Amino acid sequence: MKSFGEGDTRIPVLKGVDLDVARGEVLLLVGPSGSGKTTLLSVIAGILESDEGEVRILGESILELSQSEKTKFRRDHLGFIFQQYHLLPTLTAVENAAVPLLIRGVPKHDAFAQAEAVLASMGMGERLSALPNRLSGGEQQRVAIARALVGDPQLLLCDEPTANLDGETGHRIVQQLHDIGKQPDRGVIIVTHDTRIFEFGDRIIHMEDGRVDQIQHGQEAPV
Amino acid sequence: MNYVALKMLFGDRAKYLMLLAGLTFSTMLIVQQGSIFWGLMTWSQSGITNVNAPVWVTDSNINQVEEIKPLADTTVNVVRSVSGVEWAVPLYKGVQRARLRDGNYEQIALVGIEASTLIGRPGRVLEGKIEDLRSPEAVAIDQLGVERLGGPENIHLGTTFEINDHRVRVVAIVKTQKSFQNFPFVYTTYERALSVTPQERRKLSYVLASPVSGVSPEELARRIHEETGLGAFTEEQFGWKTVQWILKNTGIGVNFGTTVLLGFIVGMAISGQTFYLFTVENLPQFGALKAIGASTGMLARMILLQSFTVGTIGYGVGVGLATLFGLTAGSGGRLPFKETWPLLVGVAVALLLICTVSSAISIRKLAKLEPAIVFRG
Repeated sequence: MKSFGEGDTRIPVLKGVDLDVARGEVLLLVGPSGSGKTTLLSVIAGILESDEGEVRILGESILELSQSEKTKFRRDHLGFIFQQYHLLPTLTAVENAAVPLLIRGVPKHDAFAQAEAVLASMGMGERLSALPNRLSGGEQQRVAIARALVGDPQLLLCDEPTANLDGETGHRIVQQLHDIGKQPDRGVIIVTHDTRIFEFGDRIIHMEDGRVDQIQHGQEAPV
Repeated sequence: MNYVALKMLFGDRAKYLMLLAGLTFSTMLIVQQGSIFWGLMTWSQSGITNVNAPVWVTDSNINQVEEIKPLADTTVNVVRSVSGVEWAVPLYKGVQRARLRDGNYEQIALVGIEASTLIGRPGRVLEGKIEDLRSPEAVAIDQLGVERLGGPENIHLGTTFEINDHRVRVVAIVKTQKSFQNFPFVYTTYERALSVTPQERRKLSYVLASPVSGVSPEELARRIHEETGLGAFTEEQFGWKTVQWILKNTGIGVNFGTTVLLGFIVGMAISGQTFYLFTVENLPQFGALKAIGASTGMLARMILLQSFTVGTIGYGVGVGLATLFGLTAGSGGRLPFKETWPLLVGVAVALLLICTVSSAISIRKLAKLEPAIVFRG
């Protein structure tokens, strides 16, 4: 359960959501604007407090952690991909991708080497020194994915990863996310409006008015 | 994350330069104005420092060195009678008129020192011999005097001019600290000073004294005051008394203080605003860093590093520019400019305060930042 505001202006955004994500699973959260998808993602990540309920990731009850423990948990176990990429504009592709490692205190040289390897595996080996404003939308999203993966997270949280991409690039990006999610020690949750990527979900959670309205399994999903 | 912080700072060239310009301007303004102020205060004490005596004795009600209240000639012997006095000599000091060869007049600060000891003579003689002051009509003149009384081609060793219609002859050219009133210093013997100045009942301006070994100037000044009722001050005490009088009775302190405050406020406003804008414009990026796992403390350290880095560079450039100004505009003593280490330390502290406050505003914003903003498209 999660509401915003107080008193008469209090608006319930999540009205009871019960779901689990298995290792090696790609879960899509879909639904109209205002249905609570992004709020749910924020609660899962521990960056929004839910009013009631429980969130357990890797056996850890997120809501019971202090702010600093939540920050540390996100740093060590979660990866994030944002709709607007949120790359640091003055850092090159490799520097942006290395940021999570630098936050962990990994020496610069080692962090850059690991980031370089991840970027190269995503076909960005030739664009390591490019600043974000010199990269296409697809390339920026791949840098953002590399940034999310470089710390080897167990759960990847993606917010509209294809929203700003053309169909072909979006398809390629989600294919990469799907391949990552299918690794046995990882899980991926993708919030999306993009029906073109429904084929990549193992399960598709349809949300409506703060509740889970419908659950589809991958093969049932409309393409 | 220091690397990331510095790349964020230097990468946003426009904001970095605006910050640097603000802090540099602030530093330069405070150092420049502070140095001119202190230069003026140094000039105001030149009547004391150019004479170089441990203890000054005068009327007890005197406020500053240029405020002459003539004493009776017997005062010298009164001071000599105080225990702990090694020597005491008379000093004449007053503003007089010098008549130039072309008929023009120039005001001068005439200093008459005791002929036998020449105590009170200037510290540095550039040309001639100060001992020649004992010869008839002799005076020593400083560089400003040479310039004001006709230039080196007209005023040199052996040149004559008039003080109050009395002919005097230049026997030495000396180096002095400029005075607040910007009058040239002309030295002569005490007796000659009395003879070339208008008739008055009392003409003794000061008695200069020195303590015997084992008695400090402060102790001697205290004894002279207690035993004679005269005002007695060490060189340093008299200097500060003069500075305090100027600060209290002129608008100099307020004027310079206002400018220094303005420099501080401008620096604070520009750097605070620019830093705040820098933070606000990068809020989504900072939010992303928070979501990824950067703590508020880590972001605060990044902001502080950025602030103190640009502050250090701004301080260096600002002090450099102010020093350059002092070396060019103030060369040859044309402008009172004295850059002292306490001033530089004070400006560094002020800049530290500016950087800390600027950072604090941004850090406060970041502390309240919800990382959830990164999920808002």
